[in-house]
Amino acid sequence: MKFSYFPGCTLKNKAKDLDFYARRSAELLGAELEEIENWQCCGGVFTTSRDEVATKLSSVRALKDTQAKGQALVSVCSACHNVIKQTNHAMQTDKAFADKVNRYMAEESDYNGETEVLHYLEMLRDKVGFDTLKEKVVNPLKGKKIGAYYGCLLLRPNTVMGMDDPENPTIMEDLIKALGATPVVYANRNECCGGYIAVESPELAKKRSNAVVENAKAQGAEMIITACPLCKYNLIKNGADIPVVYFTELLAEALGIKEDANE
Amino acid sequence: MNKKNLREEIILRSGVNPKKCMKCGKCSATCPAYDEMEYHPHQFVNMVDTGDIEPLLNSDSLYKCLTCFACVDRCPRGVEPAKLVEAVRLSVIRKQGENHLTANDIPALLDDETPQQLLVSAFRKYTK
Repeated sequence: MKFSYFPGCTLKNKAKDLDFYARRSAELLGAELEEIENWQCCGGVFTTSRDEVATKLSSVRALKDTQAKGQALVSVCSACHNVIKQTNHAMQTDKAFADKVNRYMAEESDYNGETEVLHYLEMLRDKVGFDTLKEKVVNPLKGKKIGAYYGCLLLRPNTVMGMDDPENPTIMEDLIKALGATPVVYANRNECCGGYIAVESPELAKKRSNAVVENAKAQGAEMIITACPLCKYNLIKNGADIPVVYFTELLAEALGIKEDANE
Repeated sequence: MNKKNLREEIILRSGVNPKKCMKCGKCSATCPAYDEMEYHPHQFVNMVDTGDIEPLLNSDSLYKCLTCFACVDRCPRGVEPAKLVEAVRLSVIRKQGENHLTANDIPALLDDETPQQLLVSAFRKYTK
């Protein structure tokens, strides 16, 4: 199984663990992640306005590159996945927008949203399979009570993202189970951490982040996992007193390859 | 730009039809930034619909939306209020000198752990 891989800006800097363990784990699970050459930053958030063209071109280029290789495009950062998937959807469904983009790109062939876009979690669930993953677990995380934090970007807008039930998702809980740990379900797991509002209104980010952590703890979570560097930053910065880690770290730990990072 | 043209421009840009709104208020009820907003999501929908857009252009509420899509997914009528907030915000920040965030603001915001994603996202939303 070979996939095109879009790491994104933060995974090359502040979120190296998210990237490193994603790659190592995929390798062990028989999924080859081929990094796209010359990828450009996705922009962090999707611009919903239909007359915004330039801000979506980096995603279109990555999608087109992937199409040429006949692969599916995988990313592991929630934000990259959200931006690329929404851009792909716009190219599929908004003809006027797609025409503008294609005219601007002026390449030999047009692009109309043909590429399959997957989050790494979807790759695990739909391509590798949680059953296969479970068989490869050498270090089951028995007794660990873990709260999955979806935030907003993985699930919404659901008509486009389509990963899971947006109000009662199970994909991360199923992953936690496959790794031998116990998932903790809590109400705020799909509510926003504040995101980029940390720049404009740190108080609001604090309020939202604390609501997530307090709710997870009240339901018995001893640890929170996330796929988003900004969620992780906001939760920790605003005083989370339980560990907040990337889901790929947990995955690598259960697969017995966590130590490799320190070598 | 006169009132009618601005309304049409925002509707075209956002792809939102505010006439679909049945005024149930669920968008505002689920908005994580509600307490910080002068005008709430349901008011954006109504004010754009009636062409009363001037107060929105001058309100800080434009910069409080988190783009979390909670209002988009939970609206029973598929109105997608967040897309209107963005379209109105663009009417402001696309004008020369109206950027809400500049590179000079950044050093004061940084700490050792600040992810690139935070700055990239904020610039995408607040600056043209």
